[in-house]
Amino acid sequence: MKINIPVSKAKQLALQHTLKLSEGTIAKTATASNFLTRFADVLLFIHHFIKETFSGKFEAKEFFRQCFSIGYKSLPLISVTGFIMGFVLTIQSRPALVRFGADTLLPGMVAVSLIREMGPVITALICAGKVASGIGAELGSMKVTEQIEAMEVSSTHPMRFLVVTRVWASTLMIPLLILYADGLGIIGSWFGANIKGDVSLVLFFSQAFSHIGFVDLLPAIVKSFFFGAVIGLVGCYKGYNAGRGTESVGKAANSSVVLASLLILIVDMIAVQITDMIPV
Amino acid sequence: MKTEETELLLVKPAKAVTKPSVIEITNLCKSFGTQEVLKNFSLKLYDGENLVVLGKSGSGKSVLIKCIVGLLRSDSGSIKVFDQDVTSLNMNDLDAVRQKIGFLFQSGALYDSMTVRENLEFPLRRIKSDLKQNEIDAKIKEVLENVGLADALDKMPSQLSGGMRKRISLARTIVVDPGIILYDEPTTGLDPVTSDEISLLINDVQKKYKASSIIITHDIECARTTANRIIMLQDGEVYAEGNIAEFEKSTDELIKAFFK
Repeated sequence: MKINIPVSKAKQLALQHTLKLSEGTIAKTATASNFLTRFADVLLFIHHFIKETFSGKFEAKEFFRQCFSIGYKSLPLISVTGFIMGFVLTIQSRPALVRFGADTLLPGMVAVSLIREMGPVITALICAGKVASGIGAELGSMKVTEQIEAMEVSSTHPMRFLVVTRVWASTLMIPLLILYADGLGIIGSWFGANIKGDVSLVLFFSQAFSHIGFVDLLPAIVKSFFFGAVIGLVGCYKGYNAGRGTESVGKAANSSVVLASLLILIVDMIAVQITDMIPV
Repeated sequence: MKTEETELLLVKPAKAVTKPSVIEITNLCKSFGTQEVLKNFSLKLYDGENLVVLGKSGSGKSVLIKCIVGLLRSDSGSIKVFDQDVTSLNMNDLDAVRQKIGFLFQSGALYDSMTVRENLEFPLRRIKSDLKQNEIDAKIKEVLENVGLADALDKMPSQLSGGMRKRISLARTIVVDPGIILYDEPTTGLDPVTSDEISLLINDVQKKYKASSIIITHDIECARTTANRIIMLQDGEVYAEGNIAEFEKSTDELIKAFFK
């Protein structure tokens, strides 16, 4: 069947088709441009953070206040999380180890799992929920209520006072919380092991630590610092760049948790790859 | 469109014209995207005067004072504060100029995580870092007494009413003895009685601290109480300028709409 399309209609169709293509191209370009702008914005934020860290007076009082808030005030949550981690891991692993007659390896296995992977990642994810969202919401509400601008007109650099202190406090406190959670995890594991067995705390700890080496501890501690930095930076970035309405405070808190959790897993993946390259 | 009378008001010299200017804005332009907020805006604030800037919401009033203090960068034009052009200053020099300017935010902008004392200490410790603790305490006591809230020292901002927050915010603004005070809608959201109290407080501050002030408002009662001179902004331009009496007897429709 042959269809004769009048020239004018053909032109119109061609024009519509071209326009559709143009709109699609424009939309894609806008998305790419938006992504690049945000990426540049993040890099600029990190650049400002580094610059402000090494210029001017360090806000020591605010830094210690943040250490207290991020570290000490997270202790109850981290205590429960750490204890349950070790307890559950022991209860779940015991039957399999007993089946192979390897139940004496239980303390070592739990300790290695906790220190190398579970302790850092789960504690960091919990802290992403508590600390990153807290920082995001706090700075977001300060932005909405003009407190950040008020700081700026008082000749105080908000980046130095708010961001530098929070990021460094988070970078230093999260590794300590992770080590604390690891310790409580091993105690939780001892409780778990004693439900169906009878092992002294000293023996359990000595067996656990006999399996832990420098190669287990160092990468875990190093990546904990990165987790801390990620939590602090994401919370501060999202809060500092929150919009104007009250809705943006919620969004800043929410996106802080999501992005920090995602980045923690990505950093962990990279860290595992790097650790794998270290000769034992 | 400017009426004849408005044109007349525009050329009338202000009362404080013989005094030196502390702020001089020339041909200031500021846009957000395609929206022009300030168009070739020029203004002088004279030493010791209270200048009220009137205008509808969105006429560029708040943008104007945020440009003066360097919170927003202008597109073109110059803003001289104590003879220093803030549009071309680096951050350190801008900080030095900011130390001479007090800014009362519309929301009060008190730091939620700090007590009233800490809120007042915050700018004082940074701007007047040579003060000893007993001098800081005395200064805080003095400004709190000046705003009538000496007993609020250890309260958190969440424990204060709207009017009290504005007063504490004003105390935080004046605690560093600024030469210029910029008020961003100081009476917005307050009841008429508290609004009057705040307006009278602005006059007290002018007398006690010899500060020059720009008061952004659309509250006519506040303008009546505080203004030595008034300018009216419309679409980013000066629509009319004069004193309160001239504005009140104006027959211009736009001005009448404000003063009815």
